[in-house]
Amino acid sequence: MIRKIFAAFAVVIAAALAAPAHAQVRVSVEEGHLNPMPIAVVDFLGANPAAQQVGRDVAGVIRANLDRSGLFRPISSNAFIERIGALEVPPRFADWKIIDAQGLVVGQVTPLPDGRIRIDFRLYDVFAEQQMTGFTYTTTPDNWRRIAHRISDQIYEQLTGERGYFDTRIVFVSETGPRTRRVKRLMIMDQDGANPFFLTSPDAMVLTPRFSPSTQMITYMSFETGAPRVFLYNLETNRREVLGDFPGMTFSPRFSPNGRSIVFTLDMNGNSEIFSMDLATRSRQRLTNNASIDTSPSYSPDGAQIVFTSDRGGSPQLYVMNADGSGQRRISFGAGRYSTPVWSPRGDLIAFTREGGGRFAIGVMRPDGSGERILTESYLDEAPTWSPNGRVIMFFRESRGAGPRLWSVDLTGRNLREIPTQTDASDPAWSPLLP
Amino acid sequence: MRKIVIATAAVAALAACASRPEPTPTPTEPTPPPVTQPSGPVAGSAEDFRVSVGDRVFFGYDRFDLTSEARSVLERQAAWLQRYPNVRVLVAGNADERGTREYNLALGARRAAAAKDYLVSLGVSAARIETVSYGKERPLDPRSNEEAWSVNRNAHTQIVSGAVS
Repeated sequence: MIRKIFAAFAVVIAAALAAPAHAQVRVSVEEGHLNPMPIAVVDFLGANPAAQQVGRDVAGVIRANLDRSGLFRPISSNAFIERIGALEVPPRFADWKIIDAQGLVVGQVTPLPDGRIRIDFRLYDVFAEQQMTGFTYTTTPDNWRRIAHRISDQIYEQLTGERGYFDTRIVFVSETGPRTRRVKRLMIMDQDGANPFFLTSPDAMVLTPRFSPSTQMITYMSFETGAPRVFLYNLETNRREVLGDFPGMTFSPRFSPNGRSIVFTLDMNGNSEIFSMDLATRSRQRLTNNASIDTSPSYSPDGAQIVFTSDRGGSPQLYVMNADGSGQRRISFGAGRYSTPVWSPRGDLIAFTREGGGRFAIGVMRPDGSGERILTESYLDEAPTWSPNGRVIMFFRESRGAGPRLWSVDLTGRNLREIPTQTDASDPAWSPLLP
Repeated sequence: MRKIVIATAAVAALAACASRPEPTPTPTEPTPPPVTQPSGPVAGSAEDFRVSVGDRVFFGYDRFDLTSEARSVLERQAAWLQRYPNVRVLVAGNADERGTREYNLALGARRAAAAKDYLVSLGVSAARIETVSYGKERPLDPRSNEEAWSVNRNAHTQIVSGAVS
């Protein structure tokens, strides 16, 4: 199903219109939250009312994405002076300078004879009076949201110099019912909360979903067959299967960066150990071997190392080992109990949950354990997941006695925001950029 | 909608009244004296196990060692299980909310295993005891305070089959 969507649009770089490559406008991902860049996103033009509606919707999604990033401040359309009438006519930059717009986004939606639509957009550097980039997308009309996310990613990349993260999805655990009989189901949605739908039934409690690097598969834990078991869910076929046949319970699964194996915890008689399993050969490898709890493994993006949680030192702490289990060493030494480590997609940091003083915090540290920083803290903040560009962390937050909700925070510790979900929600996992 | 349902029910009641035959008097027999039932659950039932023996043992924060109180409950469980050798049980390990999900799944598994191991050491066949961990996902007490957490850190012995019904 997803693949169909992916194949359903074509991208053409508007090469002839592309900018001379020395645009000046830039926003810093480090400092941008202090002074978000004012940007004008004009409702995209349309040749008929239906196309105009799509044009308004696309512009609305772009504005919401940019605003949510915390790095941009979309300017209200009421302030616009120039009325953009045609994409081919260069804007009157003076009219945009006067309202302090540093970036200007214009576009149009064109219905095609075969029923598809074409969406063109241009990004201008207002002060340099230049076009920075321009793209043309052809797609089915129901796919306009993904185009809006792709355009948002283009704008983010042009103006920050970093990869975007808007054309992504979140898989998470939807929670309903009283706490003693909570119903937990897998749900998937776009990064902005749109297009949510359930993947599993209310019958079996599920936890900890995670995407494969291809974004076509999800691995998660379910009580569907009684004891906790690692499952694989194929988003193309909507089929699910138990991973392997193990004597104990299996949980805390994650894909390797190449997608060919799963690393997970196998508990036998109260002893948790970390295993990996090759998905093609189904051969398994034991990576830890001691009487303590070893769980929550997460690969480094190069696949060479694994960070995990162990209480072998007396309390849960973070450890790193080579992918074959050799060279195990502790990396967390701060005050508190550390768990749920997740390696950043950039490789430079490890995010974690830290408990201490009756509070739970989300923080980051370097893979050698240095440079620890706490980003956010509350009664319960748990289970970080990285945006594919390694700039934003999503997690779940539960206040005392209330249900969990999804939140995101920038790597700077700023721009803390709740992600809208219809039900209570926990265990978010951010997909890579969609193909 | 609701009005229609009520109206229909009323019509049905009227119809029932209309078709009821005249009551005819029948001779009454003397009421037998009530049989005195022993109070409490039926011996060998799941209720008996839960109420008379105790189906949960409790743990300290981040602990899985058995307290003397937990041991005495498990000793009663073992004696009961030996009296009813067809009973099979599931020991579920549970954790309070003061930990992350995956760690608490592992911790709950340790608690279930600690309870099972003690039952086995007391002579209950390991083949009769399954274990599972629910981590922090199935709290007994929904509140977020010390009292609730101490109750939610437990190993819960549930009868799966073989009990007197």
